[in-house]
Amino acid sequence: MLELKNVCKTFHAGTPDEKKALIDISLKIEDGDFVSIIGANGAGKSTLFNAICGSFVLDSGSIYLGGKNVTMVPEHQRARQIGRLFQDPMRGSAPDMSIEENLALAAGNGGWLSRVSAADKKAFRDRLSLLDMGLEDRMRQPVGLLSGGQRQALTLLMATYHVPKVLLLDEHTAALDPGTAEKVLALTRSIVEENHITCLMITHNMQSALDLGNRTLMMDRGRVIYDVTGEERASLTINDLTDKFRQLSGRALDNDRMLLGVAE
Amino acid sequence: MTIDKILALGQTAMELGLINSLTVLSLFLSYSMLNVCDLSTDGCYTLGAAVGALVAIAGYPWLSLPAAMLAGMISGFVTATLQTRMGVQSLLAGIVVNTALYSVNMALTGNKATLSMNKTTTIFSMAKNLLKETPLGGQSTLIVMLIVVALVIVFLCFFLKTKLGLAIRATGSNADMVRSSSINPTFTTTVGLCVSNAFTGLSGCLMAQQAKSFDINMGSGMVTVALASLLIGGVFVAKHKPIPLRAVGAVLGAVIFRIVYALALRFNMPAFMLKAVSSIIVVLAISGPYLRKQLPLMIRRWKASREGRNA
Repeated sequence: MLELKNVCKTFHAGTPDEKKALIDISLKIEDGDFVSIIGANGAGKSTLFNAICGSFVLDSGSIYLGGKNVTMVPEHQRARQIGRLFQDPMRGSAPDMSIEENLALAAGNGGWLSRVSAADKKAFRDRLSLLDMGLEDRMRQPVGLLSGGQRQALTLLMATYHVPKVLLLDEHTAALDPGTAEKVLALTRSIVEENHITCLMITHNMQSALDLGNRTLMMDRGRVIYDVTGEERASLTINDLTDKFRQLSGRALDNDRMLLGVAE
Repeated sequence: MTIDKILALGQTAMELGLINSLTVLSLFLSYSMLNVCDLSTDGCYTLGAAVGALVAIAGYPWLSLPAAMLAGMISGFVTATLQTRMGVQSLLAGIVVNTALYSVNMALTGNKATLSMNKTTTIFSMAKNLLKETPLGGQSTLIVMLIVVALVIVFLCFFLKTKLGLAIRATGSNADMVRSSSINPTFTTTVGLCVSNAFTGLSGCLMAQQAKSFDINMGSGMVTVALASLLIGGVFVAKHKPIPLRAVGAVLGAVIFRIVYALALRFNMPAFMLKAVSSIIVVLAISGPYLRKQLPLMIRRWKASREGRNA
């Protein structure tokens, strides 16, 4: 379970660039929830993820992960329980190292001086074959040689190698071509469902925001303005969402990518 | 010039190349793997030489090697601490430590700029005594160095395949990813610089013992010389090759550098040109690929501007 209590963060406080990125956000996400998050650019979606990961220290408020207060736990220590994928497929893996070596770091088995064992290699192979991309036969190749889609799929595998308490997906298919994006999304869905991973997904595609998961949050200017689940959500259409946005934020959606999502 | 003389020159070049190759392997770890340009290399090399010389002069030639490595490690720890925990930029941390090490080295030698080890037992003089009666007597220094370099390469190859080594390499390749693997990049950078500086210290220690003298300026420009050697090695063994081959390539680069330098001396290049030559090699190796990429663009710009004038 992930819980945020009155989380606030302001960047560049006291300067002309002051930006209230997160304003008094309180959220409770139950185990096994799959939450899609939508909102215009600058709404605070990624900042929310950064707060959960510990990329910065909160101005106020607290974050609980699995019942433990992690508000002041450093980023790399929280990472043990959090998996995260970014829009940029290059961010999740080390290009100069082989697929096997990247997976070894994600697996993190053994002590500092241990080496990748034959059993590890076998396990990596089995996991890679689930991706159905032929990567299991390229384990010794540097990750830098993979395509964006392959790298994102590998990152997904690394982020979920040990089932995380929460998986954060930050538009992780937005930089991929439509066919590959679909494949990575299908993979995400099957891995998340199979392991019952609690998952938060930022997306600009309103249709997938409604199709995937069991709860949708709409963010605007640092606040969660709409939080919908259950039957109300099941009956929502994309047009309902844009209407909702206009009604709650007092302005029209100005995000081209989201509107394009409507046109599709 | 006789064949004997040429062979002797070649042998000396190889010995010096192998000794310096330890500094090159050190940069292979910090520069190529960890992606940190460690500018404390010069001072650390001299530190290893000073500590090694003092311990050997005190009568412990064996102990001089681990002592020099330990000294290097401490220096690396300070450099790493400055850049990871105290907010000093990476390059500046190296420069600051390098400057301070001059004073440290002078303090260690008791304010003497040179130390003579003419009558001191060193590991090289011990090897010479040991092999005196055998046909290999003349090659004792070379043999010692081949063994030391082989040991360091074996260690490095093993080390870089361990989980710690992988984490160090990943820190240089993508620090974000290291953090998300729940490893602290501060820790990996610190360990990486400690290990790498241990080899720099060892390199300086062996150089002083081979030359039978210590000089406070013996490390000056070492970082550029070692970088030049590393980049020469990179010409023979490309970046995507396995690590053991790349390490051997780094050693090869160091030896080739010394051989070319020895040849240049033969052709009456003044010895003081060493540093300029190493700087030019580094600049060529780094900016060569960049300029090659820029060249077509520059030609197009030049053509465009010419057409503009004619119109």
